[in-house]
Amino acid sequence: MRISCPICGERDRREFYYQGAAVALDRPAPDAAAQAWDDYLHNRDNPAGPVREMWHHEAGCGAWLVVTRDTVTHEMLASDLASRVQEAGS
Amino acid sequence: MRFSGLRVLKEGLTGNKGWQPHWRDPEPKPAYDMIIIGGGGHGLATAYYLAREHGLTNVAVLEKGYIGGGNVGRNTTIVRANYFLPGNSEFYSHSLRLWEGLEQELNYNVMHSQRGLINLFHSDGQRDAFARRGNAMINQGDDAELLDRDGVRRHLPYLDFDNARFPIYGGLYHPRGGTARHDAVAWGYARGADQRGVDLIQNCEVTGIDIEQGRVTGVQTTRGAIRAKKVGIVVAGRSGQVAAMAGMRLPIESHILQAFVTEGLKPCIDHVVSFGMGHFYISQSDKGGLVFGGDLDFYASYAQRGNMPMMEHVMEAGMTLMPMIGKARVLRSWGGIMDMTPDGSPVIDKAPVEGLYLNCGWCYGGFKAVPGSGYSFAHLMATDRPHAPAAGFRLDRFQTGRGLMDEEGTGSQHNLH
Ligand SMILES: Cc1cc2nc3c(=O)[nH]c(=O)nc-3n(C[C@H](O)[C@H](O)[C@H](O)COP(=O)(O)OP(=O)(O)OC[C@H]3O[C@@H](n4cnc5c(N)ncnc54)[C@H](O)[C@@H]3O)c2cc1C
Ligand SMILES: [Zn+2]
Repeated sequence: MRISCPICGERDRREFYYQGAAVALDRPAPDAAAQAWDDYLHNRDNPAGPVREMWHHEAGCGAWLVVTRDTVTHEMLASDLASRVQEAGS
Repeated sequence: MRFSGLRVLKEGLTGNKGWQPHWRDPEPKPAYDMIIIGGGGHGLATAYYLAREHGLTNVAVLEKGYIGGGNVGRNTTIVRANYFLPGNSEFYSHSLRLWEGLEQELNYNVMHSQRGLINLFHSDGQRDAFARRGNAMINQGDDAELLDRDGVRRHLPYLDFDNARFPIYGGLYHPRGGTARHDAVAWGYARGADQRGVDLIQNCEVTGIDIEQGRVTGVQTTRGAIRAKKVGIVVAGRSGQVAAMAGMRLPIESHILQAFVTEGLKPCIDHVVSFGMGHFYISQSDKGGLVFGGDLDFYASYAQRGNMPMMEHVMEAGMTLMPMIGKARVLRSWGGIMDMTPDGSPVIDKAPVEGLYLNCGWCYGGFKAVPGSGYSFAHLMATDRPHAPAAGFRLDRFQTGRGLMDEEGTGSQHNLH
């Protein structure tokens, strides 16, 4: 599995740390209800198919990426810098 | 049909013509008292104990593929009761006791072999942690023995004891730990459930869950609608999708775990050995193949196959621990879909929908749990009360933070287990 980093290009999966579904882009407000925090911290869509995930290019440029990946085929569909995705309003 | 030594002898002498299928292949009925979604180990054991312990036989198990085609036929078959935390300890202890009577109970040779499990440690700190775990196991009524370096050497003379990075200091020995034939466990429970009247319906995928006014009324399947008063979801790696049919989002992310087997060899590894520092564990199957594995690939996946980096990592760890296995040729590798929870412990609980029950989150350790989980889930479905040894496996522990069971102590967060 190879992941494409917008800064470094396509690199071996071993250079990246996997954080999971890209929920971090939509963090609840500190005073949000317990249910919102439970959804954020624990509950997942967990789809068989395309999913948006956070990967960290830790052994490369250090950027956080939002990667769209198919969980059935392991195909990489898109990747962008998390900062850019966040600015664009996810 | 009962199995016995005499029967095997008679069939052997008469051309093996008298064996019959181990279970029927019934058409689904329009309605049942209870439906179990998923014909893996946990679903089949649940159906068996519903019939055996609660006299409930108007029950169907709906399996989208074939019996034993999921994780129950893909795991590395380790059975143990060496958990540490209250909640887990009593559950796995109960499960192991069920294992110990399982062959007589099912009249089926599941090849349960209590060959002993040794978890190695490599530092003083780890020794302390393992001593504490061993005491917890003994307090729970199970068996544990702390081995020093020479103690390990007596059991496992072939290890590399003086590895520069992870020299072996000793091990925690769990003599009642071991392995079993995974398919046979599925087949034995399937046959036992079928004999008591449970319908096992294969090639029947559940595609929807019918709910009326907050109460489950049945399921939609690829073989038509089937009504039921109670429905249990027991679909391991597919839990997220099936729960979504009832409008639920679960604290589960499905990951890939790989395993490997070599060509058959003469007996050389007598125990189950685990090398936690290298994320490697191994045993030898009765056919002679070395069966081994390591950690998750660590990304969400439904592919049932893994990637090369984890293969390399596992082989490297194996060579570090026991260089002798380097000459064995690997025959096959495969993967299974693991239903990972944030704290690494499972869920056996009622769902928020009336009449709907959840059994999921077994992560990479649910094979040993098959008897205990089936027993406890049947109890919950039949009586609507949790069975004591599984009472800690609540779904709401994530939301409340009360009763989290993070056995590894890494934190209750996806991607840490
Ligand atoms: C490589 C590997 C090694 C492992 N090693 C060990 C080990 O050494 N010890 C241990 O204790 N555990 C181990 N495990 C974990 C263990 O195998 C699982 O936790 C356990 O088998 C899961 O429960 P199950 O048997 O019910 O799952 P499964 O056998 O996966 O059963 C679930 C069933 O549900 C069916 N299903 C899914 N969706 C639907 C639907 N919509 N409709 C109808 N049916 C559906 C599936 O087809 C499947 O047959 C390992 C797992 C793997 C993959
Ligand atoms: Zn990069």
